[in-house]
Amino acid sequence: MLSVESLNVYYGRIHALQNLSLSVSQGELVAVIGSNGAGKTTLLRSISGLLRPRSGDVLYQGRSIAGLPPHRVVELGISHCPEGRHLFAPLTVLENLMMGAFSRGTGEAYTRNLELVFTLFPVLKERKKQRAGTLSGGEQQMLAIGRALMADPALLMLDEPSLGLAPLVVARIFESLVTLRRAGKTILLVEQNARMALSVADRGYVIERGQVVLSGSGRELGTNPEITKAYLGGEG
Amino acid sequence: MNRRSLLSALFLLTIAALILLVVHLFAGAYWTRIAIVIGIYSLLAVSLGLSSGFTGVFSLGHTAFMALGAYTGALLTLPVQVKQSTMQQLPGFLATTQLHFLPATLLAGVLPALVALAVGPAILRLSGHFVSVATLGLLLITREILLNAESLTRGARTFTGVLPLTNLWWVFLWGAIAVYVSWRIKRSAIGREMFASREDPLAAQALGVSILRARLLAFVISAFFTGIAGCLYAHFILAFSARTFYLPVTFEVISMLVVGGMGSVSGAVLGAVILSGFKEAVRVLEPGFAIGPIRVPPIYGLAQIAMAFLFILFMMLRPKGLLGDREIGGLFWWDWFRRRSASLVERS
Amino acid sequence: MSTLETLLQQLFNALSVGSLYAEAAIGLAMVFSILNLVNFAHGDILVLGVYTMIFGLAAGLAFWSAALLGILASALIGLFVERIAYRPLRGAPDVSLLLTSFAVTILIENGLILFVSASPRAFPLPPYLSGFVSLGNLRLPVIDLSVILGAFLLLLVLTVLVTRTSIGIAMRAAASDLTGALLCGIDINKVIAFAFGLGSAIAGVAGIGWAGRIGKIDPFMGLEPVLKGFVACIFGGFGSIPGAVLGAYILGGMEVLLTAFLPSEYSQYRNAFVFIILIIVLLVRPSGLLGKTDKEKL
Repeated sequence: MLSVESLNVYYGRIHALQNLSLSVSQGELVAVIGSNGAGKTTLLRSISGLLRPRSGDVLYQGRSIAGLPPHRVVELGISHCPEGRHLFAPLTVLENLMMGAFSRGTGEAYTRNLELVFTLFPVLKERKKQRAGTLSGGEQQMLAIGRALMADPALLMLDEPSLGLAPLVVARIFESLVTLRRAGKTILLVEQNARMALSVADRGYVIERGQVVLSGSGRELGTNPEITKAYLGGEG
Repeated sequence: MNRRSLLSALFLLTIAALILLVVHLFAGAYWTRIAIVIGIYSLLAVSLGLSSGFTGVFSLGHTAFMALGAYTGALLTLPVQVKQSTMQQLPGFLATTQLHFLPATLLAGVLPALVALAVGPAILRLSGHFVSVATLGLLLITREILLNAESLTRGARTFTGVLPLTNLWWVFLWGAIAVYVSWRIKRSAIGREMFASREDPLAAQALGVSILRARLLAFVISAFFTGIAGCLYAHFILAFSARTFYLPVTFEVISMLVVGGMGSVSGAVLGAVILSGFKEAVRVLEPGFAIGPIRVPPIYGLAQIAMAFLFILFMMLRPKGLLGDREIGGLFWWDWFRRRSASLVERS
Repeated sequence: MSTLETLLQQLFNALSVGSLYAEAAIGLAMVFSILNLVNFAHGDILVLGVYTMIFGLAAGLAFWSAALLGILASALIGLFVERIAYRPLRGAPDVSLLLTSFAVTILIENGLILFVSASPRAFPLPPYLSGFVSLGNLRLPVIDLSVILGAFLLLLVLTVLVTRTSIGIAMRAAASDLTGALLCGIDINKVIAFAFGLGSAIAGVAGIGWAGRIGKIDPFMGLEPVLKGFVACIFGGFGSIPGAVLGAYILGGMEVLLTAFLPSEYSQYRNAFVFIILIIVLLVRPSGLLGKTDKEKL
């Protein structure tokens, strides 16, 4: 479904992604792990159109999308839930969700997705008139995911959804990811929390300094001793 | 300052002085006037570059300092008899004093500098655009005050009878001083702080740079030289009013900086030269001209419009100006000269 | 007149002036909140709208039709300037944008001088707008009443726009977090164009009111609305539309107060006083009363 091919992305003179390639098949949940600054966020931003790669390509359902403006990428069916969430703090929960559906209009898809989001995260329904800036960390993350879902994506990309959240909340969020996957969404998950990410992933990639250094199934990676040492705190 | 840069500075200065000598001795009044105008605009551009180009916060109201300098200088050099007959309401010491050009010019620089020192701490704290518009407010207020303070400035009427004290050498002197000061600041620690705060204010702050201090220093010194330029200008055009120092001049000086390169002292001079030349050339065309059989009618204000287009063009294509932050120093010519002569020697 | 009546009269003045400043400030705040650009040319867009209206009147249009034409002209010119001068510079350093907007101002002003004339022109008000309404001892100019009423209606419409329509909410979203808006699939070019168009149209309304109160127009009249609008935005906190409106009325009130209470030799300097007050406000509260935290706090 998604194929990243030999992507080279620069920040000024810094070569952030070096000939990076990976792929995501329909219905999979693929995890991308790696330390800070490895290039995981850069990867997602290059796919969603916030960054333009210098060379290489990103193919979505066979079609080249590298360099497309972000709103086109959303229209095509990829939704990026970014690191730091980038919510609209002064707008209400409902308005945030409405904005997520900007490219889809207010018809059947809107209603259906709103239902989905409220079922997945009932607390959002309770607080739908509340300003997004006043939500708790966990609720904000749920809203961010919900907003991304409102774009009716076939591919959902999440950047560090667990960041700064309490373990209970993180578990809750990962549960919802599994639910989404079962409902047919393809998910590309970038995470610092390697343990949780690999536990729900079908496949995973490990990125260091802009390159893929390891890939395999979720289970393989989860039990790989090098990874265990580097990312999982030394325990299997 | 090491020997090399001292030599290069002296080299450049000598060249410039020689050129001026030639102009002074052989050129007619027209070219001398052009040279003086270019000189004054260079001074204005270099000053603006120091305050705006180096720090990245653009002062759109710098002309206020020019106006203050002009009035201060003119008031101080006006002969007492003239003041008694045309400006009876001047306060005590002004009415009875007449200063020589040099102290008058100095004071013409000091007053704007004090104003800059007073409003700077408040305005310069703001980020980019706010500062610019706030300085524009300063220009407007200054203009309003000058237009209303009839007893001091003759209000909206033209201030006439200014002594023709400006000549090529005064312009050169002050220009050279300004260029030198700017250049030294650029290469000093505080100059680096200015550039750092321009590129990435947050990072600079994190490194302990006091952005306010850097900006304030640039602002005050720049106001000083701009005031001096105003004084020189006043004693050149001999008659002016608050209206003389308004948007058109502001725009011209900014254009010079944009064209020449904002972070470059020699760029400012280059921009002044190019745009003054451009302005003169277009002015010749303004009353109408003929391209072959087609006669183009008079287009007044063509100079301004043409400059605005040029300006926007540069903004889009070469926003850093011709030189960016680089300098064409004496070193550049010295090296060029040495390389040329070296290759000549090789061939023979 | 009793003290109460004087107070009411001055309040009325303040509301009228404040309304004009608010209309001028809204466009500035809208554009700044999304693009971080102080659109200098905003004032001249306003001026072009008024000039268009004058030409409409000269061509025989009725007052309101000409007014509508002027507002439309402002909107279109705002869109045009955005497309030609600002969009190509998207992503350029703030300085470039500011200077370009300054250059556009110069261009428009000189264009007007060239193609029209530098001298002021009369702005004729229809008779039903030129009179006074008497309420007891108060004399309320009809034009001021219309300005206040107009502003009120405008603010109402605007509120509905930004809370009920998709593009209006998108504008608030983009102002709040541009990256988030991009990732929602919002076509940012459309939103920016909308902000410019709407802001410019509202400026056009301000221009008509402004010209109506002064009675004449000239190519340079745009500078004052831009600066007053800017000051209003600073008082209320830049980047916030409600802040801009609040700031505008505060500014209006301040000006009226100063005119009323300063001894007459000093009342000419009231702009200077406002400027000084502005400086003080900035020293104490750099982000204004309601504003987003300033991007750069020193």
